[in-house]
Amino acid sequence: MKIVDALVTSSAQQTTALGIERFRADFPILDIKVDDKPLVYLDNAASSQMPQAVIDCLVRYQKTQHANIHRAVHYLSNLATQEYEAARCKLQNFIGAREDREVIFTSGTTDSINLVMHGYGRKFIQDGDEIILSELEHHSNIVPWQMLAEEKGAHIRVAPINDAGEVLVEEYEKLFNSRTRFVALSHVSNALGSINPVKRMIAIAHQHGVPVLIDGAQAAPHLKINVQDLDCDFYAFSAHKMCGPTGVGILYGKAHLLESMQPFKGGGDMIASVSFEKTIYNEIPYKFEAGTPPIAAAIGFGVAIDYLEQIGLDAIAAYEHELLVYAASQIRTIPGVKIVGDCPNKVAVISFVIDGIHPHDVGTLLNQEGVAVRTGHHCAQPIMQRFNVAATSRASFSFYNTKEEIDILVAGIRSVQKVFAQ
Amino acid sequence: MNLKSIYQEVILDHNRKPRNYGSLDCPTHHATGHNPLCGDRIDLDINMLDGHIEEIAFRGESCAICKASSSMMTSAVKGRSRQEAEALIREFREMLVSKEDNNDLDHLGRLKVLAGVRDLPTRVKCAILPWHTLHAAINSTGEATTEADDHSNKLVANNH
Ligand SMILES: Cc1ncc(COP(=O)(O)O)c(C=O)c1O
Repeated sequence: MKIVDALVTSSAQQTTALGIERFRADFPILDIKVDDKPLVYLDNAASSQMPQAVIDCLVRYQKTQHANIHRAVHYLSNLATQEYEAARCKLQNFIGAREDREVIFTSGTTDSINLVMHGYGRKFIQDGDEIILSELEHHSNIVPWQMLAEEKGAHIRVAPINDAGEVLVEEYEKLFNSRTRFVALSHVSNALGSINPVKRMIAIAHQHGVPVLIDGAQAAPHLKINVQDLDCDFYAFSAHKMCGPTGVGILYGKAHLLESMQPFKGGGDMIASVSFEKTIYNEIPYKFEAGTPPIAAAIGFGVAIDYLEQIGLDAIAAYEHELLVYAASQIRTIPGVKIVGDCPNKVAVISFVIDGIHPHDVGTLLNQEGVAVRTGHHCAQPIMQRFNVAATSRASFSFYNTKEEIDILVAGIRSVQKVFAQ
Repeated sequence: MNLKSIYQEVILDHNRKPRNYGSLDCPTHHATGHNPLCGDRIDLDINMLDGHIEEIAFRGESCAICKASSSMMTSAVKGRSRQEAEALIREFREMLVSKEDNNDLDHLGRLKVLAGVRDLPTRVKCAILPWHTLHAAINSTGEATTEADDHSNKLVANNH
């Protein structure tokens, strides 16, 4: 443990030394002012910003490459198809998938989870079956399963968390029985930042023969992912949280599972042949990509992946951890401020509450200092209930944030307290 | 903090010392207001006598803007007729949603200090919630939400 810590620290220092300034300069939006104050963007868990390389790619695509894919033999269509499929391969390599056909482009994490709910859940889950979730889930990994449970007469079981915001793995294990059919877990909590021990949890599910979907929306931007090492059955994430554009994300699924599933949406591109008597579905991944996909966004996603890999996910994780440690230590020194979900194994997310001040007031006042944080329940109301708060303020960091920005946040929190102490 | 800040003395004062805070013993009218987006929740009790708001009290968990708006609203409508209260609800809403900056707000009296919320689109709901709730209470619909309609600024109450 100590050695790992030491390594993390030294590589983080290196990253700092290598110049986070250089990466920051790649993000034009970070130069804007909010009412004369420099923008301090700490809402990366909601959506991160795009580097110039991704913006350039989107512009280039619209100006010189745009056409529909898979449909025509002309120059532009060929080009767009090649670029789109190249992006799929980049995603495949990024997550260490065995084959590119295991990567399906979706409109984002929510869409990916719904695809699995419809394609797998509605086919294989029946009356009386059980689905296990954790208490840390985002609404998008709760609601689809509730809809399925309602439709099928299935039941949702919830693995509890402790006061630090960690899933209790022993309790999780106890939930399994002969009726357990599916497990859906977040890799990283968006509200608290806790990193779940998903590898262990997947192994436990597999001992019971149960497939697992991992919601990786908050993990993929910050941690090196290898789906084969995790041995997850499905893995979902969105481009817009990892330097890519909105409107696109992926679902990874093991090929044999994807093949066994029914299509989610019907339409063009997802078919092999259509007559009014019978339609034969296309092969994976196309079976799940009905209609014209977000082509430009998918290609831009590929460039975002190139960009992240160029910096290196390990270097990103190390530097962001340094930011987390610094921010947490500073925020802890402020009387009347409490960090919600303060476990050691976290990505750089800090959810906090200030005594006697509602998070929405905190957010509005911080905004006047140029600081962008998220306030509210973070689409994770069960977590808010667990900690007995209606809402929190959340600062979520990216590798382009700096310690100076954390100082501005901390000064901002103190001045919010001053306003309310008047 | 700059001068444009909505967090002026009056609002902070109402937040710290809300007027008419608490509950009534046997209210003739009651409604609960809820903003599911931020978790704000207020309960409003009213005693109506001869079509007038005789007594009014609110309680709940909310941000400073919602609490100040509730506090100021209860002071403003106490003793008023149902029609007068409905008119004030409309005018208050107008103030927060109107696009024009320089319309005359004098008829709103102290409520004017909440006009600044207009520039904070995501906070308009916080200021309007108590007014939705008042509308629901005096029309005996029982429940109000900021999310009952796609146009957040319309006054629509959930009919339960
Ligand atoms: C953990 C988690 N899951 C799912 C989602 C949904 O992602 P999207 O809105 O991109 O579909 C989010 C985004 O907020 C998230 O943080």
